[in-house]
Amino acid sequence: MALTVEQAKTWLEDFYTEIEAQKQYLSDLDTPIGDGDHGNNMARGMTAVHEDISDADFASVSDLFKKVAMDLISKVGGASGPLYGTAFLEMSKTAAGSTELKDLVSAALAGIEKRGKATTNEKTMIDVWSPMAEKLNSDEAVSEADIDQFVESTKDMVATKGRASYLGERSVGHIDPGAMSSGYLLKALVKVGA
Amino acid sequence: MAYGVVIVSHVEQIAEGVKNLISQVAADVPITTAGGTDDHQVGTSMEKIQKAFDDNSADEILAFYDLGSAKMNLEMAIEFTDKQIHLYDVALIEGSYTATALLEAGTKLDDIEVQLKPLKIK
Repeated sequence: MALTVEQAKTWLEDFYTEIEAQKQYLSDLDTPIGDGDHGNNMARGMTAVHEDISDADFASVSDLFKKVAMDLISKVGGASGPLYGTAFLEMSKTAAGSTELKDLVSAALAGIEKRGKATTNEKTMIDVWSPMAEKLNSDEAVSEADIDQFVESTKDMVATKGRASYLGERSVGHIDPGAMSSGYLLKALVKVGA
Repeated sequence: MAYGVVIVSHVEQIAEGVKNLISQVAADVPITTAGGTDDHQVGTSMEKIQKAFDDNSADEILAFYDLGSAKMNLEMAIEFTDKQIHLYDVALIEGSYTATALLEAGTKLDDIEVQLKPLKIK
């Protein structure tokens, strides 16, 4: 259950491919309840990640995650930059001691909560990261279908954080785009099979 | 001047526009801005915010922003700078105008913060 550098690279390359394939859909999800740029923002960040990691060697998972964090912080532009960037920074710190999935995901979640000052049930990416961490920490297997369900659960929530919160009740009925991209990231992680 | 002001907005012209407006009442307060992303799109950039901190001649800075993700990038930039930054969750234009006008008049920071309190909106 501990992630190697090769597995981490495969994870991030798979996520990059998925973001490229889904960027229009992510921006479409962001249009009714946000500013319509989530897909393009994530694609800009992950393109930088892809360029920096595909031909590079990393001594540790920690070093790799640090690079990813800096790329996302400087390239993404929207709220997802500091949020995903902080997630990878915290995972980088934790990976110096442990690359167990439950430790990495818990560290990422804590970072996202700190940066976004948000908690569960606010229709954000936390509604995907939090149940994921919970399952891993109770040593349960997490399937891709489980993650789909976490993402889907944001549909009926009222947004109280982020740009969607300005819409209040009108945010109900839409999947949160950050939850969707987090779903892609965590499904890619599950696929790596670490 | 002991204090400087930094304006962070998702849009380059908003940041510059607010600077234009508040400079009128505060010729001596150093004001720097971080508007938009590195490639001039709508958004905020931690690197631009770091540069606005660095380029400001003051070592203690009052920072104002427009929407949520600007605050997140500000908070990250604050973790990376040696300068002392005060971050205010107030209406961007009214808040920065109030603070800058009071700084120009030599008002103490504590008293400025009392004036900023009713302008808190986020």
